[in-house]
Amino acid sequence: MNTITANPSYKLELAASPHVHSRWSTKQAMWLVLAAILPMVISAVVFFGLYQLLIIIVSVGFCVGTEAAVKAVRKRKISIGDGSAVITGLLLALILPPNFSLSSTAIGAIVSIGIGKEIFGGLGYNIFNPALVGRAFLQAAFPVPMTTWSQPNYAVDSISSATPLSAIKFDKVSTELSNLFLGNVGGSLGETSAIAVLLGGIFLIVIGVVNWRVPVSMTLGVIIFGGIFWLLDPAIYPNPLFHIFAGGFLVGALFMATDWVTSPLYGKGMWIFGAGIALVLVLIRLFGGLPEGVMYSILFMNAFVPLINRYTKPRIFGKEK
Amino acid sequence: MSFLNKIKTFQGGVHPEEYKELTENLPFEIMPDPKRVIVPLSQHIGAPASVKVKKKDEVKKGQLLADQEGFISSPIYSPVSGKVVDVHLEPTASGFPQNSIVIDSIESEEEIRFEQLDPKTITAEEIRERVRLAGIVGQGGAAFPTYVKLTPPADKNIDCVILNGCECEPYLTRDYRFMLERSEDLITGLKLIMKALGVSKGAIGIEDNKPKAIEKLTKLCMNEENISVVSLKTKYPQGAEKMLIKAVLNREVPPGKLPLDVGVVIQNIGTALAINDAVCKGEPQITAALTVSGFGIKQPKNLIVKVGTPLSDVLDYCGGVKDNAAKVVVGGPMMGVAQYDFSAPVMKATSGILILTESEINAHEETPCLRCGKCIEVCPLNLTPTKLARYSQLEKLEEAEQLGITVCMECGTCAFVCPANIPLVQWIRLGKKRVLQIQRERKAS
Repeated sequence: MNTITANPSYKLELAASPHVHSRWSTKQAMWLVLAAILPMVISAVVFFGLYQLLIIIVSVGFCVGTEAAVKAVRKRKISIGDGSAVITGLLLALILPPNFSLSSTAIGAIVSIGIGKEIFGGLGYNIFNPALVGRAFLQAAFPVPMTTWSQPNYAVDSISSATPLSAIKFDKVSTELSNLFLGNVGGSLGETSAIAVLLGGIFLIVIGVVNWRVPVSMTLGVIIFGGIFWLLDPAIYPNPLFHIFAGGFLVGALFMATDWVTSPLYGKGMWIFGAGIALVLVLIRLFGGLPEGVMYSILFMNAFVPLINRYTKPRIFGKEK
Repeated sequence: MSFLNKIKTFQGGVHPEEYKELTENLPFEIMPDPKRVIVPLSQHIGAPASVKVKKKDEVKKGQLLADQEGFISSPIYSPVSGKVVDVHLEPTASGFPQNSIVIDSIESEEEIRFEQLDPKTITAEEIRERVRLAGIVGQGGAAFPTYVKLTPPADKNIDCVILNGCECEPYLTRDYRFMLERSEDLITGLKLIMKALGVSKGAIGIEDNKPKAIEKLTKLCMNEENISVVSLKTKYPQGAEKMLIKAVLNREVPPGKLPLDVGVVIQNIGTALAINDAVCKGEPQITAALTVSGFGIKQPKNLIVKVGTPLSDVLDYCGGVKDNAAKVVVGGPMMGVAQYDFSAPVMKATSGILILTESEINAHEETPCLRCGKCIEVCPLNLTPTKLARYSQLEKLEEAEQLGITVCMECGTCAFVCPANIPLVQWIRLGKKRVLQIQRERKAS
């Protein structure tokens, strides 16, 4: 007889249903995000030079190191394999100004993981986007280097050391959309080239890692809120397309606000979250003291996520409306 | 926005790898009687049947072994002719041992059947009585006594019978083969159900991955004014009662209510055929139809076997298992039960035996929840599986109750997609059990 019962050497798994699993895994999703970040890394090197690779390496190294250190102190399993610290490191580097100091980068990385993530209990428990926490800390600690912008390698005009957003805010100089799109403008490492950001971001949406609702609601929100002011007075306020392609909007919409851990759970909540970010962003950009507001608007709305989740629970199937 | 969806379906759900190609083109084979059958007394929801035979009794095929005990229960008949060895506890596929009648079979042509009835002249009362007497239970997996479903309370206004031909579980092709091989009998079965309930509207819901079955049944129903064949989108769990009713009739069964409450009775394909056989051929339910499949079995098959046949006999008949078998499941891969003892018998409602290998299971390490929301996106009942599982784990049962843990039907869609591979269904099942216990105590006090 050729039965299982007659052959005790069979080792069979016993587990609750379901007995099959989809291709999705945390690790795989993280690697796909890493792949999606790659075009931004390339555009950073192309437009700002090889030194930027050092910033990226330092940022990633210190993020991974901090996570390992915290886990060791807390006697928890080392979780580097999930790739999330690498992503935080990459994203932090990509939202720093070109040629930023390496020691400050290291500090930012330590804060990102230490304060932004591990203090809450590690991956899955943090409230704020870790990379943005690190950047907010650096912005407060080193305000001048954080707003010193190098010219990209192929700059055609000489609005020296300015980003398109500060140019329009302080000097009332607008930047060509085509330059914004390709990346031939001043700005953070990863945000200069809209095309590189979109390439990775759309990839993530198509394969289903990133929910489309957040980027779409942010974009629509900016078009509506920015558009209202632009229609009121086009001479003072930039057109909404400028808002979308200038500065960190696309990086924020596709890579920061969409962070699984720190964005809402439910579809309706995602719309509220995205629209909220857009509103705060437009207000900061148009009326705040800073030229850029993506970071603060996302961090601000991160704080509301638990509340949004509480009030956007979907109707249980069959329950009265 | 239902007018935008051309293909009828529900919201949420997933599309696991189907693997139906392993068995979909294999006609049913009738497996010879096993040497020994083990017939559990409780093959249905409700009270176990009460034993009517004793050790050393000679029994004939089709003879009553154990009778119905109360309203929600079902009688059990001998699947073979033979001699009762004993009545004692035996393992079952549910994981819990049960009192079972063990019979050693002898070769014999003798068989006891009921009187054959004419489906054209039979009355509603006669149909119900025959279904009860024949010990028919629902073939969809829950094994609810069918005659109870055909006896709705007088205040419920039933207007539609739906035959569930979705077979949305991967691998299983039993219902598909039935629809192809026994289409006429199926329609007769449906008509009998409609007659028993006094309903004039009947529908057969079939997922659109079975075009041949849809075509064949549509052709047969051309002249049936009251029966329609409805093509549904292929998506798991389309065959869940609530999802099926939503897709076919656009009605929603409220939490805690039954299809009866929205005027619908659903029957499985296999159940309709068992009803047909009980009425037209006088057969009690002593066989089960099942799909034996998976990459770990040497010869996948669609089989008709005697109730009580040990799983190991069935696996042997299918050429045995391969060396890379990793898990054996009775039922479908999404809702079935993993097995550890292969002397457990096939029961009335057994729909499949799957031998899965690692490559199909696709398991990976459990990581913390990242709140990606995939479980919420796919939950057909709009629940929040990640939170329900978490509350269950932390024993925050009140919160779990408020979030609707008792609504969960354990379809497994959430755990299937979870990138963190959290055993969501396992936690929710545990929490649900505890919450139901609390609710019962609350009611009692």
